[in-house]
Order: sequence, then structure tokens, then C-alpha cells
Amino acid sequence: MDWHQLWVIVSAPDNIPIVAIVFLVPFFVWYGFRQSFATDRLIAKLEGDPKLAKVHHRKIEPYREGWEQKVHVWPYLLRVELLATIIVTVILMVWSITVNAPLEEPANPNLTMNPSKAPWYFLGLQEILVYFDPWIAGVLMPTLIIVGLIAIPYIDTNPLGNGYYTFRQRKFAILTFCFGFLILWLLLVLIGTFIRGPGWMWFWPGETWDHHRLIFETNVDFHEMLGIKSQPWIGLVGFLAVGLYVVVFGFLTHKLIVWTEFNRKIYARMTLLQYLTLQTLLVSMWALPLKIALRQLFRIKYVWVTPWFSI
Amino acid sequence: MADEEKVKDPEVEETPSGESRPPLIKRLQVTLQPFVDKGKEDWNAVRDHKRTQLWKSVFRHKLDDTPRNRALAVLTNVFLHLHPAKVNRDAVRFRFTWGMGGLSLYLFIVLTITGVFLMFYYHPTKGQAYADIMYLHNDVPFGGLLRNMHRWAAHLMIITVWLHMFRVFLTGSYKTPREFNWMVGVILLVLTSLLSFTGYLLPDDQLGFWAVTVGTNMARATPLLGHEGPFGPELGITAYNDVRFALLGGSIVDSNALLRAYIWHCIAIPLILSVLLAVHFWRVRKDGSISGPSPVMLESEMKRPRK
Repeated sequence: MDWHQLWVIVSAPDNIPIVAIVFLVPFFVWYGFRQSFATDRLIAKLEGDPKLAKVHHRKIEPYREGWEQKVHVWPYLLRVELLATIIVTVILMVWSITVNAPLEEPANPNLTMNPSKAPWYFLGLQEILVYFDPWIAGVLMPTLIIVGLIAIPYIDTNPLGNGYYTFRQRKFAILTFCFGFLILWLLLVLIGTFIRGPGWMWFWPGETWDHHRLIFETNVDFHEMLGIKSQPWIGLVGFLAVGLYVVVFGFLTHKLIVWTEFNRKIYARMTLLQYLTLQTLLVSMWALPLKIALRQLFRIKYVWVTPWFSI
Repeated sequence: MADEEKVKDPEVEETPSGESRPPLIKRLQVTLQPFVDKGKEDWNAVRDHKRTQLWKSVFRHKLDDTPRNRALAVLTNVFLHLHPAKVNRDAVRFRFTWGMGGLSLYLFIVLTITGVFLMFYYHPTKGQAYADIMYLHNDVPFGGLLRNMHRWAAHLMIITVWLHMFRVFLTGSYKTPREFNWMVGVILLVLTSLLSFTGYLLPDDQLGFWAVTVGTNMARATPLLGHEGPFGPELGITAYNDVRFALLGGSIVDSNALLRAYIWHCIAIPLILSVLLAVHFWRVRKDGSISGPSPVMLESEMKRPRK
């Protein structure tokens, strides 16, 4: 183990936020889900006892007869806000006094930084560059992420879970979002930060960053595995493979959407447009981990090669 | 009689007989009495300053602890009036909101203030920019602290914005009637990243230069609009007219790119972001304040969708 190398990565000033995230995100996942499960227990109780459901205040927060539903912002909210800003100011002050913002040598186009990394919050996208061409990793994926996020309220036809933590009433939505946010976004950011070294090569934590390491990996295209050598057959095979992926994963996604009795109820509330948008976004999303797996397990570079673009 | 009266009258200044005049000190007292009275009036007003015109012109409500005054304290203050007068009693708990939205705003304010100070010391020109940062960091009093704070607050803001989005998702707060505000929030999230990214280049060091080179190289590959993207060359797109050229003001990351990053970072994006922030907060209020914690709805109570 090269502890020094690990320390160099972890203690880089610009990596402090990611180290913070390693602790903050699991904490808030736990913090949120703990409330979700508490609410779920309450929901189960109320579903089983309609009489109680009629008189219960229906929150996990404490409640007493005669308590006002609302409190004055001054002072009950403003004091919390003041406290929060003071705490953050103190953290910022201490952080700024103790750690200097990074400043490298003056910009020099003739001296390439190796590894040359994007800011940490974009490292997920840079990591995707390994698996997809830049027009997908750098343009299509970000666009899909933004459009997909914006679309969420319009394709989530589940009316439950509006304004309270719950898992039981929104399993599909929450699991999908957590998969996207925690695995496809944050995990890739962490890989880009802690794992990728010179030449964007894979170095396990504790491995020394060897600037002279060479890896002879021959990535092959899907059609090469099949022994197909000329267009238009190359394009056709790729088209069929991608088409097959869309059909199979569209089908699996559909199975997921109608998995339980409750899910079928939500599905019945969807319009065709909502359903197709959801399918398109999800099938695009599954493509990312699948392509990562294809590359890591079978060393496949492209599945579909055409003269204009390759996937 | 007439003479005596004349002598006793203190108003008469030029009297020939000095003995009958009151002493100088007495006369002064009499002269100054009106001023003393006025002064006492003012002193009393200062002691009871809440009744002065000055005070009343600034503060529009009394300060005794009544529900009405608590409401007015928020509603008559431009900085506080983003809040409603009253909120859901359970919403002031940390555990529901995590305070991440409010902290994002606070960090944006910190960044604006430190950013303005940084602008006093910075020229967005090749060669000068790096020297300015060195000067700022090593010679300007508190310059290092200023720059560090700007940098770390920016990183922190990205984290708080992400966590804010995560919380809003977990509580289902994007659902009707808040769909549009979620959309505005997503755009704010993107703008926050862009703001941070454009700031990355400004020190004009190796870190920023190569990060921006890597970042903008992706724009080469934009479908239709990039010279290396699908169908780009077919449409006559070259390295000198594609979307990357527009971002950098040239075909390489150079002085034009520095100037453009500076203007996006210091003027354009903060302006757009501020406008959208106003919309975001406005909609939070108009869509019924923050979403919860609201009473749970049961599956058995689901209504048929309106068609």
C-alpha cells in the first residue's frame, strides 16, 4: 500500500469537497431514509386502522391537542436561519484560513497536465468519456440528465408522497433517482477523483500513480467479434444490436413499471406521452451501466459503428 | 412708575443705571431658556426614540411582543419578506428541510461579496491575470483569505445545491403544484455548475487551463454544431465556426476565452441566476410555501386522475 499516494489525492485542496461528500451524502441518505421508514410505519398503521386514520394528525412529528398548526417566522424560523448562517460562516472562515485555494504554474499550452482533470463536479462526465464518444458523454448525456430531471414532475403520476418523506409509497421513483444520483453520478465522480490517475488509467486506492505505466488493452468493436469486415453490414449489425437492446430493455423497464399492484395503478394514470418519455429516459439511463459493463468485461469499444457516429 | 418699570424690564438693554439691571448670568439664563427647553424636548425624544419622526420613518411597526408585531417584523422588511408571516410548525425543524436551499442562497451572497472584492484586483488579460492572483494572494491584506473563501464557498454551494435537490426529491416536493419550480431549480443547478466552471479558468493557471481545455473540447463533438460531432462536417462546420469557437472566442483557450469566461462568470450568469432565484423564491411562496411536512395521504384515499 502506498499511503503517501492516497494522502496526496485525499489532501489535494480541490478534493476536500469530495472527501466531505463521502461523509455528507451517506449521512443525509441515512437521515432522509430514517424519516421515510418512520413515516412508512405510520402509514402501515393508518392503512390498517381506518378509524385511527380519521382522527390522527398523520405526521411523525410530535403533536398535542391545541397546538397551533403554524408558528411565527419571527423568531422561530429566523433564529434557525441565523444559526445556520453563523455555523456555515465559521466553517468557511476556518477552512479559508487553514487551506489555500490551489494555484498551479501559469497556463502553458505546451505542457499537458497528466492527469488533466475537469473540476470535481464534472468528473462523472469525464469518466463517461472512457465508455462513450464525446458527443454522447459530453453533450447527449448532460442534455438527457437536465431534460430528464426537468421531466420528473411531469412523468411521475404518483400522487402520494407529496410533502413528506416516504419510501413505501414511492419505491420506483426513489430507487430510480437514487440509482441515478448515487451510483451513476456520485460514484463516477468518486472514481474520477480517487481512482483515475495519469493517462486516466485505473489505480486502486493505495496504488502508486505510475506515469510510465502502459496498458496494452485491445478494445474491439462488436462487429469485429463477429468477424464482420465491411460496411454496410457493420452498420446493420450494430443497428440490430442497439435495436435489440432497446426492445429488450424497453420490455424489462415495462416489467419494472408494472411490477406491483400499486405500480399498475400508477401506470394506469399515465398518458402515452408520459409513458414513452419515461421509457426513453430510462432506456437511455440503463445504457450507461451496460456499456461500462461491456467495456470492463468484454473490452467492447463500440457496439454500433457507422461512418458518421459510433455508439 | 414709568422709570421703575423701564429699569426692571430685562428686555431693555441700554439702561443708564446699572444697579437695577439683573446680573449677566441671570440674563443669559433667560435668553438661553428657550434653547434649554428645546434641548430637553430633544433629549426626551432621544430617550423615547421610538416616537421620533426619524425612527418612525425607518421602522413601520412597534416592538412590543404581540402576534401582530411579529408578523409585521417579517412583512415590512424587504430582506425578510421572502418569508411568510407564519410557517408550518414542523417545517422549522432541521430534519425536514436540512436548510440546504437557504444555505445555497447564503453562499451565493457570500460569493457575490467576495467576488466583487476580487474584481478590484483582477484584470482578465493573459499574463496579467496570473500575476494579479499572485499579488492578491501574497501582498494584498487578507487577499489570500478572500480568494480562499471565494473558492471554498463555491465548492460548498455545489454540495448544498445537490443536497437541496436530493431532499426535495425525497419529500416529493416537486409534485403538483410545484412542478414548474422544480424546473427552475434544475436550471439553477446547471447555472451553479457553470458559474463554478467559468470561474475555474480565471486564475489562468495550469489547473484551470487544462480543465477548461478538456471541458470545451467536448463541445467539438456537439452533434450538428461541432466540427468533430456527428453530421457537423457534413454541414460545413469547421474549428473556426463551431460551438466551441463561440464559447472560446477562438479555436484555442487563449486571451479571448479568458475574457469571455470573465464576463460570463462575473456578469451574465450571476444576472440570469439572480433573476431565476427571484422566480424560484416567488414560486415557493405562490405555490403554497414549503411543501411540508404535510399529513400523509393513504393509498386508499387516492382519487381518480382528472382527465
